[in-house]
Amino acid sequence: MLEIRNLHVEIEGQKILKGVDLEVAAGEVHAIMGPNGSGKSTLALVLAGRQEYEITAGEILFKGEDLTEMAPEERAREGIFMAFQYPVEIPGVSNVYFLKAALNAIRKHRGLDEMDAMDFLTYVREKMKVVKMDDTLLNRPVNEGFSGGEKKRNEIFHMAVLDPVLAVMDETDSGLDIDALKIVAEGVNSMRNQDRAFIVITHYQRLLNYIVPDRVHVLVDGRIVRSGGKELALELEDKGYSWLEQGAGTPATETASAPA
Amino acid sequence: MMSIAQERLLSGASVFQAELELAEPARLAELRRSARERFAELGIPTTRIEEWRFTNVAPIARTGFKPATDFEIVDAASIDRYRYPGCYQVGLVNGRMAAELTDLEGLPEGVVVCSLAEALETHREEVDEHLGRHAGFDDHAFVALNTAFLRDGVFIKVPRGVVVERPFNLLSIGKPAGPEAEPVAFFPRILIVAEESSQLTVVEQYVSVGEGRYLSVPVTEVVVGANAVIDHYKLGRESLEAYQMATIAVWQDRDSNFSSHSISWGGAIVRNDVHAILDGEGGELTLNGLYMVDGEQLVDNNMRVEHAKPHCNSHELYKGILEGKARGVFTGRIYVHKGAQKTDAKQTNRNLLLSANALCNSQPQLEIFADDVRCTHGSTVGRLDENAIFYLRSRGIGEEAARSLLTYAFASDIVNRIKVEPVRRDLEEFLFRRLPEGDIVRQAV
Repeated sequence: MLEIRNLHVEIEGQKILKGVDLEVAAGEVHAIMGPNGSGKSTLALVLAGRQEYEITAGEILFKGEDLTEMAPEERAREGIFMAFQYPVEIPGVSNVYFLKAALNAIRKHRGLDEMDAMDFLTYVREKMKVVKMDDTLLNRPVNEGFSGGEKKRNEIFHMAVLDPVLAVMDETDSGLDIDALKIVAEGVNSMRNQDRAFIVITHYQRLLNYIVPDRVHVLVDGRIVRSGGKELALELEDKGYSWLEQGAGTPATETASAPA
Repeated sequence: MMSIAQERLLSGASVFQAELELAEPARLAELRRSARERFAELGIPTTRIEEWRFTNVAPIARTGFKPATDFEIVDAASIDRYRYPGCYQVGLVNGRMAAELTDLEGLPEGVVVCSLAEALETHREEVDEHLGRHAGFDDHAFVALNTAFLRDGVFIKVPRGVVVERPFNLLSIGKPAGPEAEPVAFFPRILIVAEESSQLTVVEQYVSVGEGRYLSVPVTEVVVGANAVIDHYKLGRESLEAYQMATIAVWQDRDSNFSSHSISWGGAIVRNDVHAILDGEGGELTLNGLYMVDGEQLVDNNMRVEHAKPHCNSHELYKGILEGKARGVFTGRIYVHKGAQKTDAKQTNRNLLLSANALCNSQPQLEIFADDVRCTHGSTVGRLDENAIFYLRSRGIGEEAARSLLTYAFASDIVNRIKVEPVRRDLEEFLFRRLPEGDIVRQAV
């Protein structure tokens, strides 16, 4: 589904990603871990199409097509969703009506009829159960005055409604208490299926107790220095990143364990 | 010596005075005369005057407007869309009250709504007590000009303890003489008196019917009696051939509450002067504003809030959206008089520039002569947040629609503070039509 080859990215002349290779197949959940400043969020933003980042080398293929030339909204309509680390507050724009406009833009792109208000509401009610959303968050302006946890939950809700093929989650777990974390994880788990893939970017191993990944990659200084199965996350929990940071600059190595 | 433009603007003023058959207070004739003289002395302001530094009204001086003489009723159907259901309708054409456009059925007993000319005869004392006493013209040429022609307009009085549930829709129609005809000027005058513990809502709508240039110089005086509540709206939606130099002067007695919502999107050059005095303890003042202008439009909001007595609050929030080569000017002054302790004054002006050539001058000022007060002011000029645009696009919303949604979001707190439903709806409709991909905005809010 997603193939990243030798991806080099810089912003304002600063090299952030220095040759990332990653393949994600439909049905898989990949976790990307790494210390602060390693390039995790950059990778997410580049996948979603943030234009300030310049791709200086390499390629990104999504469903076999070059992603790099596509505008962010085209990517969304093709099925890429990014859950933001810091979701944006949009006063005056209702969460639910905004989602209806977004979903209809996506449906239109796919040649589907726009959903009317009644159908949309039925559809939304179903999705609300996935993230245990209550009506108050539904009818309030997008993220306005939401707590940190509510914002993250709202991201998962958006994801559920927009029904992406590939979801990229940028530190969705950061700063969450355990209850909110569980809700986020349950949302993701309930959406896992053989057609959908997830890239879960996290700083903390804890999330991976609840979202069990198929693959774990460690990003250090703009390169994936280690890839492995879910045990790799536990190893990182024990040892931290420093033992890998010393090895940064060398090609990625496989750990012994096979993918789950 | 007066300029030609000044002479033209004053032409007819003395004839007009002579023609009045006067069962009116002698003071008014004197007021008009001194206003005429003051206008002659002050002249049309230039950018050399501090108060007009950023607002060049040279086009007004150049045009040579003459006082309108046509107060004929326009085709009533053409103004249907401005007649708000559920409101008392009061129509003015070129500053003169038009009975045919006025509908006051069901007005509570004791409430007076009539032309100022009529009120000068029927409610002489009340009018004399207030008219021309709040809108000073010593340092304001356009208030002087308006006062020189003071005769007709609208008088509203709500007696003690009466609550008027339905809003007054004051529809002030500018009717130019036609595209080829001489540009006209007119001077609407409104006096609103809310007696103790009364309550009312007033919408002043400024619209244009027909083509041609004109200058409108409205002055509204508002007296908010003790414990009275007034919710005031000014909706400026005139044509791009209109120039408007408007003043609203508010005097507040103790425990009174005045809130104003000033919306400007029409007009070539619009100046809104608001001068409010909190002259009794416990007064509350709210001044909200939104201006959205494009092309070569200029809108200038000049605010002066005086805290004359202790324990009063004033909150100002003005927001501007500027496109094209449009210019926004905001000057906010808060004066806290000596002894006005426990004043709580807040003033905020935020501007959103949507184009490279739009320009904004924002200058909040505080002058404080009391020592136990809380006064804050802030002013921002910015562009749309790229991160927010990206956020919306990442959900499948196109770039233009994303920008429009965020522009709407910027305006939304002012929109949502409008309590008169048809005013809010008109403003929303304006935004949906003005913003690119407005249908997506309409769907999403």
